[in-house]
This record gives sequence, structure tokens and C-alpha cells, in this order.
Amino acid sequence: MSFSPMLSKLSLFAATVLVAAAAVGAAHAQSATEIQLSYKDKKFDPAEISAPANTPIVIKLKNLDAKAMEFESKTLKVEKVVAGSTDATINVRAQKPGRYEFFDEYNEKVARGALVVK
Amino acid sequence: MIAALIIVFREVFEAGLIVGIVLAVTRTVPHRNAWIAGGVLGGVLAACVVAVFAGALSNLFAGMGQEVFNAAILALAVVMLTWHNVWMARHGAELAGELREAGRAVVEGSKSLLALAIVVGVAVLREGSEVVLFLYGVLAGGNDSGLSVALGGIAGMVLGALVCMLTYFGLVKIPTRALFTTTTVLIALLAAGMAAQSAAFLEKANWLTALDNVVWDSGWLLSDSSLLGKALHTLIGYTDQPTAMQVVVYLAILAATFALMRLYGTPAKAGAPAPAE
Repeated sequence: MSFSPMLSKLSLFAATVLVAAAAVGAAHAQSATEIQLSYKDKKFDPAEISAPANTPIVIKLKNLDAKAMEFESKTLKVEKVVAGSTDATINVRAQKPGRYEFFDEYNEKVARGALVVK
Repeated sequence: MIAALIIVFREVFEAGLIVGIVLAVTRTVPHRNAWIAGGVLGGVLAACVVAVFAGALSNLFAGMGQEVFNAAILALAVVMLTWHNVWMARHGAELAGELREAGRAVVEGSKSLLALAIVVGVAVLREGSEVVLFLYGVLAGGNDSGLSVALGGIAGMVLGALVCMLTYFGLVKIPTRALFTTTTVLIALLAAGMAAQSAAFLEKANWLTALDNVVWDSGWLLSDSSLLGKALHTLIGYTDQPTAMQVVVYLAILAATFALMRLYGTPAKAGAPAPAE
């Protein structure tokens, strides 16, 4: 078997999967809770945010620092790099009630906050 | 310094494991060092480019650029790993057997090396851009902790290289005959795990919403943010809260690898010449 035919078959397969995924995504229209959050001087504002249980959550994060930060939550399974002075959208799947901590991975000790799901 | 060490080590750990496996897989292939070094170097350069354009990348696809980009490069790595396994099923015996024509083996071998060099590049790129952003942020900050953070970062990278060497020397201890089967299984699991991760990124981007229920939660047993959990996450795709879609994609890649290896792999003793290109 030569390199190209098999590779193109596999690539075609991967492309098909991606396109199918995009089609499914376009059909998605579940209403989500949107939460505004900002980050400045290694602090989240507000440090505690809340959302109702069992609905998807969208966190709109504004990084007001000039440096990049990495928004991370182990319990929410989120890891996202946010470049300096930019905004980011973080999709969180519907959660059970509880307290979910998040932090800036680059300043894990001081830059912490929590999402409370009720 | 310790904080920087931990952050950098956490990021390079996964790349270290993958490079170690690829080094063991290509142990007998000529010129493999140059190819793999090329993969690492390409990954580092690409990581710097991605770090510089991190903001622009994020803004693509309605703010989901990072997720889509990660999903795409992981999918590329899955294709390369699967292709490598299928290719080895066909040519592995030739490469090892006495019938090999040295010249052709080198040419064919380098095709497989290209695929694996891409896998290495992807592994380095994914974690590397975060390291670049972190170190750049600290160094650009201009405070006096810059030097100590840089030292911590270097120490973290050295530890990552150590992981790579331990993986390599652990694998090459396996007898040659068993090594082929071991690496085939390892690569298939690696590919399946990466495919599931790719699906997870598409889920985060809301591009993939079917079957998004969490199948099990084994976080109480082994959290995937612990060191062992993270190692298993890289090696076999372990995650403590997989969605049904991730499980389906994982199994589909394993099945596809098995089927393609059966379909395209020639039995070692058939002696039929491979079709000309």
C-alpha cells in the first residue's frame, strides 16, 4: 500500500467526522446561562459566580491584564488560554449542584474563584 | 521557582511520554533521530507561532478557535498514528526480515517516520504553546523573579526529557519480538485516546452535542488530574468523566485500526510482493 491513497482515505474519514460534527453543532440551540467574569491583577471579579443546575453554562471571561492567563477548572473539565487584554467564551456542560473551583493556572495559589451550581 | 517547575513539567509531561514511545517504535529505523528531532523542533516553532497568535486563534469560530484547533491537530495525529500501525502491519515483516532491500526499506521507512514526526510535532505544539505563553508572561513582566522562574521552567523541561528517556528505556527492555506487538497496541490506544480528546474539544466548542451524557464518574477512584491519571490519560485516553460520544469515538478508532490492519496488512508468510505504486 502506498502512502498517499491510504492517507487520503483516512483524511477523508477524519474530514467526514468533522463535517458531521459541525452539522450537529449547528443544530444545537439549547439555552444556556451566561455569566460575565473579569480577570485583573491575578483576581477574578466576581470571585464567586452562580448558575442553576442542569443547564449548560457559558462563561464570558474578560482578561483585563496585559499578560495571558489560563482559565482552568479540574472539576468542570475546562482549560483555556486567554491572551492578554482579550475576551474568551468558555462553554461548560450542564452540572449537578455543587461548588466548582476554578483558577488561573499560571497563578494557581492566588488567582482562584468558584462557580456555585444550585 | 517550584511553581514554574510544576507548571512547565505538567505541560511537557505528555509530550515526553509520546516522544519516548515514538523513539522506541522507530528504534531500528535508519535516520530516525533526525526525523524525530525535526518533529520536536517543528513543534516548538509552531508552539511559538501559536502563542504569538493566541488571541487571534481564540477569536476564530465564534471564540472557539482554540478548541477547534486542538481538535483538528489531535485528529491529524490520530490519522498519522493509525496510518503508521496499518503501514507496519504490511511492511513490518519486510523491514525486519532478511528479504528486505535496504534502499527500499529506507524510503518506505522514512514515510512512516514522517507520520510519526508529525505526531511528535503535534504533541510538542499542543503543550508547548502554553509553556511559551507562561514563560513569556513572566519574563515580560520584568520583575526580579524572572530568573528564578526561568530556572524553574528549564528544570521542568529537563524533567520532561527524563520522562521521555524513562519511557524509551522501559520500552526497549522488552524483547524485540514482543516489542512490535506492544508498540502496536500502545499506538492504537494512544490514537483512540487522542480521538476521544479531540471529540472532547469539539464538545467544548459545542460543535458536537450528540451523546453528551457523562457515562461514568471514576474521579473518586483515579482523578485524571493526578500524575497517574494524567499518564493514563495520555497513554490510553483515561478520563474520569467520559461522555458517551467520547467512548463511542474511542471504540470506533480501535475497531477501525483493527479492521484496516486486517484489510491492508499482508500475512508475513504469503510472500506476495506489495503492489507497485
